[in-house]
Amino acid sequence: MDGDRAALKYLPARLFQGRFNRPRLTSVLLWLAPLIFLLLFYFYPLGSILTVSFARAQGSILTPFIEALRSASIRGVLAFTFWQALLSTLLTLAIGLPGAYLLARYDFRGKSIIKALTGIAFVLPTLVVAAAFNALLGPQGMVNYTLMSAFGLEGPPIHFTNTLTAILIAHMFYNTTIVLRLVGDFWSHLDPRLGQAAEVLGANKWNVMRRITLPLLMPAIASAALLVFIFTFTSFGVILVLGGPQFATLETEIYYQTVSLFNLPLAAVLALIQLVCTLTLTIIYTRLVSGLSRPLSLRPAHITQRKITTWRGRFLAGIVILVLLSLIVAPLFALGFRSISNFERTASATARQGYGTPVWRGFTLDNYRELNINRRGSLFYARPTTTIAVSLGYAGATVVLAILLGLPTAWILSRRRSSFFSRSLDPLLMLPLGTSAVTLGLGFIVALDSPPLDLRASPLLIPLAHTLVAFPFVVRSLTPALHSISPRLREAASVMGAQPLTVFRHVDLPLVARALLVAATFAFTISLGEFGATVLIARPEYPTIPLAIYRLITRPGALNYGQALALSTILMLVAGVGMLAIERFRIADVGEF
Amino acid sequence: MNKKIILLLVSLGMILTACASGPQTLKVMTHDSFAMSEELKTAFEERNDVTLEIIASGDTGSALNKAILSKGNPIADVFYGVDNTFLNRALEEGIFEVYDSPVLDVIPDDFELDPQKRALPVDFGDVCLNYDRRYFDDLGLQPPLNLADLLKPEYEGLLVVTNPATSSPGLAFLLATIRQFGEDGYLVYWQGLKENDLLVVNDWETAYYSEFSRSGGSRPIVLSYASSPVFEVIYTDAPIDEPPTGIVYGDGACFRQVEFVGILDGTKQRGLAEKWVDFMLSTAFQEDIPLQMFVFPVNQNAQLDPAFTRHLVVPEMPAFVSPEDIAHNRERWIQEWTETVLR
Repeated sequence: MDGDRAALKYLPARLFQGRFNRPRLTSVLLWLAPLIFLLLFYFYPLGSILTVSFARAQGSILTPFIEALRSASIRGVLAFTFWQALLSTLLTLAIGLPGAYLLARYDFRGKSIIKALTGIAFVLPTLVVAAAFNALLGPQGMVNYTLMSAFGLEGPPIHFTNTLTAILIAHMFYNTTIVLRLVGDFWSHLDPRLGQAAEVLGANKWNVMRRITLPLLMPAIASAALLVFIFTFTSFGVILVLGGPQFATLETEIYYQTVSLFNLPLAAVLALIQLVCTLTLTIIYTRLVSGLSRPLSLRPAHITQRKITTWRGRFLAGIVILVLLSLIVAPLFALGFRSISNFERTASATARQGYGTPVWRGFTLDNYRELNINRRGSLFYARPTTTIAVSLGYAGATVVLAILLGLPTAWILSRRRSSFFSRSLDPLLMLPLGTSAVTLGLGFIVALDSPPLDLRASPLLIPLAHTLVAFPFVVRSLTPALHSISPRLREAASVMGAQPLTVFRHVDLPLVARALLVAATFAFTISLGEFGATVLIARPEYPTIPLAIYRLITRPGALNYGQALALSTILMLVAGVGMLAIERFRIADVGEF
Repeated sequence: MNKKIILLLVSLGMILTACASGPQTLKVMTHDSFAMSEELKTAFEERNDVTLEIIASGDTGSALNKAILSKGNPIADVFYGVDNTFLNRALEEGIFEVYDSPVLDVIPDDFELDPQKRALPVDFGDVCLNYDRRYFDDLGLQPPLNLADLLKPEYEGLLVVTNPATSSPGLAFLLATIRQFGEDGYLVYWQGLKENDLLVVNDWETAYYSEFSRSGGSRPIVLSYASSPVFEVIYTDAPIDEPPTGIVYGDGACFRQVEFVGILDGTKQRGLAEKWVDFMLSTAFQEDIPLQMFVFPVNQNAQLDPAFTRHLVVPEMPAFVSPEDIAHNRERWIQEWTETVLR
């Protein structure tokens, strides 16, 4: 056929050229779209705002740097930022890895539900998460309430808000899904026969884990750890709302310096410190991973997974699921429960408990009904159906954009002998994640201010901003899978005469289909839950769900709060259904190999 | 075939020119709490043959920063929402053009904090402590009447306020205490509050919906607004006749926030912008303000909704600190407060 003739025609030339001359041009071309995107919507705005900020410095450009270095409180902020990010990352891995193992290696009913449930946490705005944890662990939350009535205590035994514990638990709540998805997905394709072979040769289970499985998993674990670390390093809402006034990270300090004091030069210095930290970490990561990853023959998940048969296995699996559920699902459940509950305050009993403990009086849909009524004829009132449509629209655009930009990028990064150009650009890709949202938001205002790019008030900016955050996730989800594709497969295909694009379509794409869905899920959830950038640019007539929740929760009145909880529950449902739909998509389209 | 394409192009061109020569657009930049009635918007648009575009830009501080950084090439024609704690920043950066609106005649002079009339007052709201009536009734305890009362032992462990560094009511309350106890005394007062087991959280939502006893928390006195009790009646899940909360309105216990509107320097729609400013100060818009934005009209002729006339308590002597003083001392005050209360 045609292919055979092509093979004959190109074979000698290819052998003569060597494999790496042609891809160099391809790789430059493939870099082009992501590069232009980053230059236009990341480096240019960032550079502009930093320039403007430093121009406002009194004295020399060094003054704000000296101011920052001299301030003991800023050194404290930096130390705490590192400390809480490190703790959060370790704890998230500690919870996430056993979960990833379970989801990767075993087949049991309700698995995709558990996966979707843990992913829902990722989309919830901080104010909603705070409300959820409060419904569970607050002074009158389910847990304290139960403990107080069980042991006849005078006051709530658990103090949750305004503690470091609250910050760490909330970070685990948000980020465990990153570990579950990135590591779990990769793990499910690892060939179990490697471990089985070692066992046959006399290694015990612990040795197999330590010497074989963990080293093979390292690239995925490192990817997940890096993302979690950068996410928590730049944490804002969790620190502010759950950590309380005792704690400050670089990001909350940047916000304070920018918004409250309008000290732009100092804010710029802090934003630069944040950037340098992210960059350094990413460079270390890139070095580490390039030494760690090796080509593997990945297996379809249905071959690597088995049923849980022993009682001991069931018991351990039960514990892992219980931990995941109580960490992630219990607050979500408490939130949903409150949104459909009718509470009434009882007559108070003792002096110290004179708050009038709320008592549950049955179910009601009043909060949901009220969402559909525009009582004050308000201009910016939006029906839940409208907000859902707006949110899904932005999320869809983000998925498409992030994949279109992320897939070629990941493909180039995973080339075994990538060019110097690619290698030096790699760490830059993570920068948007580690950049202060406050700073970048102002950068858009300063930079994108003249036609044809006067996007300062354009809703187009929303999917673009979401893509900036989703893009690194897409790249990091795809590279471990692409890395592990044995080059022999590609070589075989090229030798048979397949063009690079054909190789990509018939070799790479099916092999990374699963990782692609993980990437799509991340892009979808990031966009669905994003609040910080959206609130700065959204059109008030067409709010996203988080924006509509924010409007309700910032107003006094029990009914407003109830509606906020109801809309939060709707957001959870939309996210859950969306993620399950993406999961199904695999069967309809690319199919697992 | 070609004819069809030409026809299509011609009609497309006609549609485009029709769009271009349609009504002009007036852009109003504001914060994310802005709201108004749909019918008022339509009325303004029809009367002036204009399309109104509202650009919400985050909280007050963020929106103002955006306006400052786009000075000279403004994103919008009008900016609404800068309050007296930020007014000085807006005026010093020179983002507004002078406009002496004729409607200012019916607005009390107290509200006009910018004598040069670059920023014109639109509405005000009082930041006050709220208390949970139920708690005090059940215990037969007298609610506090003024700021000094809060140091008494019977109010130990009852108060939750917000951080002045992160929350606008938090800053307002700090200013009220500075006004009341002076530069020499305010830190002593806060030290006393701290010893009386004060709780500080970063945002109003956490204070009001998590820590306040009415929402299931354990603190029956919370920092909020003078209007909050009325909204508890209006936005209630079960109909009630009396507000479930009251305010502490003794002399100087509340701080008055005034919000301003101004025409952005460099606008190409000066005439329309003036019309919009007049409209915001007019009775129709002013009467719409309370139920949309939870603050109150400065226009003396505006009538309030019966819910307000029945339940609203307006503090007679709210604390006042000049915008210049706030701007010059803000950082130091917040820093000193932080050292005293949080360390």
